[in-house]
Amino acid sequence: MLTDLPVYVFDGTFYGLLTAVFESYERKHSIVQLSTTDSYTPEFFSGHTTIHTDRAKALRVWKGLQRKITPAHMQQFYRAFFSELPAVHLSMFRYAHYIFDHPAGYDGNYGHEDVLTIAQTAQRVHREKHRMEAFVRFKKSGNGLFFAVVNPDYNVLPLIGRHFRNRYADQPWLIYDERRKYGIHYDLHTLHEVTIDFTKEQAIAEQGTVIIDAQEELYTLLWKDYFKSTNIAERRNMKLHIQHVPKRYWRYLTEKEGKL
Amino acid sequence: MYERIREKLSILADAAKYDVSCSSSGSDRKNTGKGIGDTGSGICHTYTEDGRCVSLLKILLTNFCIYDCAFCVSRRSNDIRRAAFTVEEVVSLTMNFYRRNYIEGLFLSSGIFKDADYTMERMLRIVKKLRLEENYNGYIHLKTIPGASEALVTEAGLYADRMSINLEMPTEQGLQLLAPEKSHEEVKRELAVIRDQAVAYNSERKLIKTTPKFVPAGQSTQMVIGATPESDKDIMHTAHTFYKQYALKRVYYSGYIPISNDSRMPAVGTQPPLIRENRLYQTDWLMRFYDFDVTELLNDEHPNLDMDMDPKLTWALRNPHIFPVDINTADYKLIIRVPGIGIRSAQKIIVARKFGKLHIHQLKKMGIAYNRAQYFIRCADSPFLLREPEPSQLKTLLLRQSTSKYRTAPPEQLTLF
Repeated sequence: MLTDLPVYVFDGTFYGLLTAVFESYERKHSIVQLSTTDSYTPEFFSGHTTIHTDRAKALRVWKGLQRKITPAHMQQFYRAFFSELPAVHLSMFRYAHYIFDHPAGYDGNYGHEDVLTIAQTAQRVHREKHRMEAFVRFKKSGNGLFFAVVNPDYNVLPLIGRHFRNRYADQPWLIYDERRKYGIHYDLHTLHEVTIDFTKEQAIAEQGTVIIDAQEELYTLLWKDYFKSTNIAERRNMKLHIQHVPKRYWRYLTEKEGKL
Repeated sequence: MYERIREKLSILADAAKYDVSCSSSGSDRKNTGKGIGDTGSGICHTYTEDGRCVSLLKILLTNFCIYDCAFCVSRRSNDIRRAAFTVEEVVSLTMNFYRRNYIEGLFLSSGIFKDADYTMERMLRIVKKLRLEENYNGYIHLKTIPGASEALVTEAGLYADRMSINLEMPTEQGLQLLAPEKSHEEVKRELAVIRDQAVAYNSERKLIKTTPKFVPAGQSTQMVIGATPESDKDIMHTAHTFYKQYALKRVYYSGYIPISNDSRMPAVGTQPPLIRENRLYQTDWLMRFYDFDVTELLNDEHPNLDMDMDPKLTWALRNPHIFPVDINTADYKLIIRVPGIGIRSAQKIIVARKFGKLHIHQLKKMGIAYNRAQYFIRCADSPFLLREPEPSQLKTLLLRQSTSKYRTAPPEQLTLF
């Protein structure tokens, strides 16, 4: 029965999860129930273990994994975390146990449920990351900042920062996640996370209140014109169009403005 | 006040859209010295309503043209609006689109005004300005102008990521029929110039690290299909030859969209051959990634592709003696030949089977198209069949389960009375 399993409550962070793996070996628990601090509601008569996130312990687990699995699989393990799917914490926990309990090389056993789940979840996150690299639409504001609002399915801002910093190294920019209420900002030198209060967020969402660069209107128009001109009407295929550009993203795409 | 540039953009984007290449991958240009842009595995920034990817700002420098190719909208004798961009206009469009993350880069083609060198020289000025003055490291796909001098073409190769020149028609005879002013020989000459220069630069780079990149994403070409009566065999054999001889990265197949009332070609209003185009791309993929030889798929006995089934399935049904393939023991090269198994799944299978024999539920979870593949494979718990179904039965069976994206109505049910 699930309820007989020890319950670990951790803070929901990546390091917290790795600390939980560390503690489970200390306590000789091979299988547990995982819960995060903000979602856990204690029940009568059932004890639980609170995991105190410990960077040193987490890094030992991370390094331990590094010794046993390929760099590509390390990256998959990390990426899967950002899916924020309800079951992903437990899959990652069990994956770590599976890797530690077997000789090196078992990260290739796609016949095993957790190994395959991590690979497939990571792939889903990767697709969303790639989509955001494609679908970010910057608008230039009066002070030269290029800003964009997004609403990704998974929490991919931490994964896309490097791409945008490498590419747009000579312009300051800000990408804001509307759902998760934080953004990443590049100021020509460094990249950092910013949390913006509600009124400012409103200001970004409602572009009327932000001072827009004088040229912005022209390039928005030209881009919409281009999007129309480059289409071949005789080949119209809306099913394929929507498959590639799902409707939930239209609100954030310049070329789809007013199409919803 | 925006009207002039808006009009130019719509004319010159409209005229460029029949060039199907939109690839922005294969180059690895880094953003050095805090400039702008880089290239990598390519990104499709959006998709038009016809479902095609938009990765590059695809425009003509001008649609004025001295040639009169029957299949081309910009042909001399066609009565259409003409326009030309200035060098500055192309540069500022590219930069402003790029900075807003609309595009991966520029695809620049052109009609030929005055002569080939005059046109090529203008295009060269644009790419040089982007690279040298704007410090731009994004993707550039440049069309080679047929007949341009070797010196200009070679210099352009130092700034472009990809260069291409179109074969236009799959055979020389087809081209002569519709564009007597052009020839495949000229295309071959230009392709060879870039190929040889690329080889030279690459071998020099092995000795001197600082040797500049030369067309790092390679060359490609395009054929219009369905305008002239070539068979699929003619088309794919031509593609095969060009892949081999000119080390092309891609050959594109563009289904002809009727744009004129020329009696030599399909009439305006005829549906573009979309299924055929799709089957040709599938064949192209089988040749490039699945280790198929073109003669296995198309030969004198089978000069055309089956429109009902993809070429891999067609091939499998023609070669029943090869199947079933045992997933737990067969070579990778044989596994990728199974209908319903792609490269990714095959790689997973090869790694995973070291840890134990694979079963049906595992294969399904790995993402193979089991409904299709089941007739061609054996794994640990495959049901034992007394009699394998005949290829003809299999075809009916598979066609009945599949819902083709091209078929709108279900196939008609035969009635007894």
